[in-house]
This record gives sequence, C-alpha cells and structure tokens, in this order.
Amino acid sequence: MSNVFTRMGDWITERSPGLMPMYRKHLSEYYAPKTFNLWYYFGSLAMLVLVNQIVTGIFLTMNYNPSAAGAFDSVEYIMRDVEWGWLIRYMHSTGASLFFVVVFLHMFRGIMYGSFKKPRELVWLLGMMIYLALMAEAFMGYVLPWGNMSFWGAKVIISLFGTIPVVGGHLVEWIMGDYLPADATLNRFFALHVIALPMVLLLLVVLHLAALHEVGSNNPDGVEIKKGPKGNRWSPLAPADGIPFHPYYTVKDLFGVGVFLMVAAFIIFFAPTLGGWFLEHDNFIRANNLVTPSLIKPSWYFTPFYAIVRMFPAMFGTAVWGVVAMFGSIAVLFALPWFDVGKVKSIRYRGTGYKVALGMWVFAFFGLGAIGTDMTAELIPELFGNVDVTFWENLFGRTMVLIYFGFFVFLWFYTHFGWEKTKPVPERVTTHD
Amino acid sequence: MTKWQLSMKRLIPSFALALGLMVSCLPAMAEEGGALPTAGTNVQDQASLQRGAKLYFNYCVGCHSLKYERYSRMAEDLGLSEQEVMQNLNFTGGKFGDTIISHMPGDAAAKWFGKAPPDLSLEVRARTADWVYAYLNSFYLDPERPVGWNNTVFPNASMPFPLWELQGMQTAVMKPGTTEVEKLELSKPGKLTPAQYQRASLDLTNFLEYVSEPAALQRHHYGIWVLLFLALYTLLAFLLKKEYWKDVH
Repeated sequence: MSNVFTRMGDWITERSPGLMPMYRKHLSEYYAPKTFNLWYYFGSLAMLVLVNQIVTGIFLTMNYNPSAAGAFDSVEYIMRDVEWGWLIRYMHSTGASLFFVVVFLHMFRGIMYGSFKKPRELVWLLGMMIYLALMAEAFMGYVLPWGNMSFWGAKVIISLFGTIPVVGGHLVEWIMGDYLPADATLNRFFALHVIALPMVLLLLVVLHLAALHEVGSNNPDGVEIKKGPKGNRWSPLAPADGIPFHPYYTVKDLFGVGVFLMVAAFIIFFAPTLGGWFLEHDNFIRANNLVTPSLIKPSWYFTPFYAIVRMFPAMFGTAVWGVVAMFGSIAVLFALPWFDVGKVKSIRYRGTGYKVALGMWVFAFFGLGAIGTDMTAELIPELFGNVDVTFWENLFGRTMVLIYFGFFVFLWFYTHFGWEKTKPVPERVTTHD
Repeated sequence: MTKWQLSMKRLIPSFALALGLMVSCLPAMAEEGGALPTAGTNVQDQASLQRGAKLYFNYCVGCHSLKYERYSRMAEDLGLSEQEVMQNLNFTGGKFGDTIISHMPGDAAAKWFGKAPPDLSLEVRARTADWVYAYLNSFYLDPERPVGWNNTVFPNASMPFPLWELQGMQTAVMKPGTTEVEKLELSKPGKLTPAQYQRASLDLTNFLEYVSEPAALQRHHYGIWVLLFLALYTLLAFLLKKEYWKDVH
C-alpha cells in the first residue's frame, strides 16, 4: 500500500517540483513560536469559517433567486422545501456572525501583542484589507434575503454616501442603479457577494499568509524567535524556540476547531436567530418600501461604526462629518503601526498607560456598539429615570468616540516621545527549556 | 509556576474583562421582548400543535393564508394522515402538496377591513411567540372601531375577533380621566373558561410558531447528536494534541 502512495507522490513531485518545497515552507518547516496561547486559535478559525461560507454559499446560490420579486420567497423555499436547506442557510447566517467574532478576537490579539509592528506591518495592512473586504461582503450578503431590514439597512447605509458634497446624490443612484434599493441593486449585490468579493478575500488571505510566513509569527511575549539562538530537533538552522507548524499547530488547531464547532452547532441547532441578534425579527417580513421598521439598525458587527456616524451632527451645511469619522475609525486602524511606534511589542512588558488606554479603547468599542444596537436608549431611562435620553446618549456616545480616536493620538505621543515605562523584555519566549 | 499556570494567570484577567462586558449586555438583551407575558410555547408538543392546527383551520384560514406551508408537510410534522388532513383541515380545496392559501379575495378584503388580512406563515418569527399570544388575549369591544373590536397589544388593529365565541367578550377599563386602557374585563363569557381559552390561544400560537419554522423540529432532533459527536471529536482531538505535544517543553 505505502508503495503505491510513495510512487504516486514521486510521480507528482517529478511533474510539479514546486509542491514539496511549498509544503515544507508553509507547514512542515514553518517554525512557529511554541508559546501560542488561546488567542492564537482565531486565525485558523477565521479560515475555517471562510471555507464554510464559500461551501454553504455555493449550495445557497443553487436555490436562491436574486430578484426583488423572488428573493424572499426563495429563502423560505430553501428553509422549507430544499433538503437540508435550513441547515445550509443557518450555517451561512451563523457563520457570518461568527466570522466577525473570530476576526475581532484575531485583530485584538494582534493589537495586544504588537503583532502589527515591525517587521509585520505588511501582514497587518493586508489583514486590515481583509477586514474591509469582509465588511463589504457581509453588508451585501445581508441585503440578499430581501427582508424589510435588508431593504432599509441597505437604504440607510447606501445613503451615507449621499452626504458627500456635490457628487453624493449621483453616487447613491449609481450604487443602487435606481432611486431606491431595487431589483438592480439586488442583482449587483448578488454578483459582488458571490463572485467578486469572495475572490478578493481569497487573494488577500493568500497574501496575508505569504507575508506572515516571510517574517514569521509573533508570540505572546513579542520576542523575535528568529533573532534568538538557532537549532532545534528538526533543523540546526531553525529558531530554537520554534516548532514545526505541522504537525504541532495543526493538531492543536484541530482541538480548537472542535470547541468552536460546538459553539457554532449550539447556535445553529438551538438558537439560530440568537434572540434576534444573528437573524433579526424584521427580516422575516418581506422588503416593503412603504413600511419602515420601528428601529433601523445594522447587524451587530457594524454597530460600533454605525454609532460613530450618529454621534456627529451636521455642521456647515453638510452631514458628511459622521461618515468621514466612520471611515476614519477604520483608517486609523490601518495606520496603527505608525501611531504605536513603541519598541516593546507585547502587552506583558508594556507600560501601565498602555494597558489602561487599551482597556478604555475596548470599553469605547463596546459602548459604541451599545449605542448602535439602541441598548443605551433602553438602558438610560431604566437606570436614570425620566431624563433626556438623546442628550445623555449623545454625551456618552461622543465621549466614547473621543476615547476611540484618543487612543491612537495617545499612543503616538506616548510612544513617540518615549513617555512609556516598559518592563524589560526577556531574551527568549518565557517557557523555553 | 508551570507553563499552564503561568499562561492561565495571564489570560484570566483578559477573559474576565471580556466576560464582564458580555454579562453587562445581558439585561439589555433580555429587554428585547418588551413587557409581554411569556407564552411558553413548545413546538415539540405534538398534541398542542394538532389542537392549534384545528383552531387555525376553523377560525383563521378563512382570511389568513399560510403560503409557505404545505398540507403534506403539516401532515408529516403533526403526525396526521393525508386523509385526516384533507377531510378535516383542508377547507380551501387545495391539493395535498399545495400550500395553504385562503379563499379570501385580497382586493375585496382590503375594502372590507381597510387592509388585506396578512399571510401568517412567518408571523411568529417576525413578531415573536409572546407577541402573538398576547395579541390573541387582548381583544376588547370598542364601538368606535369599524369592526367593533380593538386590541391593546396592537392598538387600532383592523381585525375583528373571530375567537370571541371561545373567549367571550372583553371590555376595557380605562385609567380614570384618560383614554389609556388599564385592564381588560371579561364582560360576557364564551364557550371556554378563561384558563381553557389561554390554553387554546397557546396551542394556536404554538402552531403558528411551528409554521414559521418547520425546520425547528429537525433542528432539535439532530442538534443533540451533532453536539455529542462534536464533544467526542473534541475529546479525541485534545488527546491527540496532548500526545503530539508531549515532547514540547
């Protein structure tokens, strides 16, 4: 038996000599630090979810009808008449939300352990581009079921572009291909959602990994293992604190996948709408341009950014400021490697100021999310009684916006002028022999 | 400290923070339902679904279609035979494989009631079961409305109340000096006692919850096995990982 496989392997290697070196470079001889902790599961989990979205997405397109007249009915057809259609659809809808959960955690890991810093700036930039493409992908996918929240969400988000002076109005019509989200909008969003953006995402993921494997993975200590002593059991040239990605991290990720799939399966089988968080009540009503949902809010993963738009009033005759701030909130993340220029990477050895600032930033992100989901509008009267909700919501929200952007300004001063009092960074990762 | 203890010591504060933030969101999540009473539906209760279906086909289907639900699917899921469904529940003349379409002409109905009676296939998913249950219990006589009925859960609804012969007639007691309804009183009893009617309206809500997502029955059926399989897989993956990592220090 093994003979057959060896011969098959040889046959392929002879005809495609590049494959084995690629396998070695990215898996069996890619030496990753041996100290990855729980935070390091989310990159491979994001890949798993991406594959899930593509595979379930392909099966959904087989029965989905991308037209304003047929889209809503075809989703119910999938839910009821297509064999296992309900499972495929819930895997796709749950996968979309979980994609953002794992990507947020993955990004936070990168921020916390300084994985975006030299020499990994390009890895970070490519990752941010993935995040941007993912947001576009998710937004367009959300429109496809053509429920009432799909319709009004699309209308509100697209009309954000209408705030741009001079060209705004034309831009909105150009995006929608109509005066309202309609058949033309749905058709182009479908094309972009199932072909264009998935290809962009896949390409970016390949580049993200290629860039990472060139410089090597960071670790919870923020120590460069490539600069440490050389030589391990597998190679005299490999970093002493590195272990081959395969089989060590592949088997470790298999375990992480199991835990993640249990969470995902619990949602898919027992709470697919997650109380209106993963699938909204208003989206079980067909799109209707005459009936506005009582509250238009985007999917939960967009709410912090949506809240930023809401916190900026119209000034100087234009409402563009909130939109500028929203795109700015993503732009500053892109530029993080140039805001935070501190030499110490990991939070473990950074100054107290950094830890406090990061904590506040995370709080601001959740706070803005609470505004975007309208939680604050419910909580404020409950906690403080009969007060001016809009006033307090704006006060709270604007403070959170200030903290969100202030974090980046603070980081620049804090690291640029050397105000940070760091702890000594160990020579090697902290659990070496 | 071992490696495990060390890494746990470092991870615990960050997870505690994340957990704290999530828990702080929970009260707001629970708020989503509003102040409605909990219906307590259970789509696994087949007898309740059958009673609910009987009520639906006797009192509701005259006006409200279930355009995504097929008679055949309903028969299968409710444990009924083709004959039982076609003889006792199919008053629309549809075939066994057809969806449940009311005979009510939409245009005329819009004239009679001010609004065509909506399809109820997805009503529970759009409104929640609690809302539907509360709605069915909140009709009261209101001579100022065109059809003579009003509803505290859905004020000025244009729907008359066909279940009145079961529940009886409720009248509203206003808060003194306002037009706000304080409570509803049963002024004329119906065929059922209040407890029986609550049970019946719960059955009807339960049936509509099933119709809004027939797949729920399959979800619950397979979910347990999927989770058990994944638990076993995760255990094996954990042991495999431990075995491979024995020599990493």
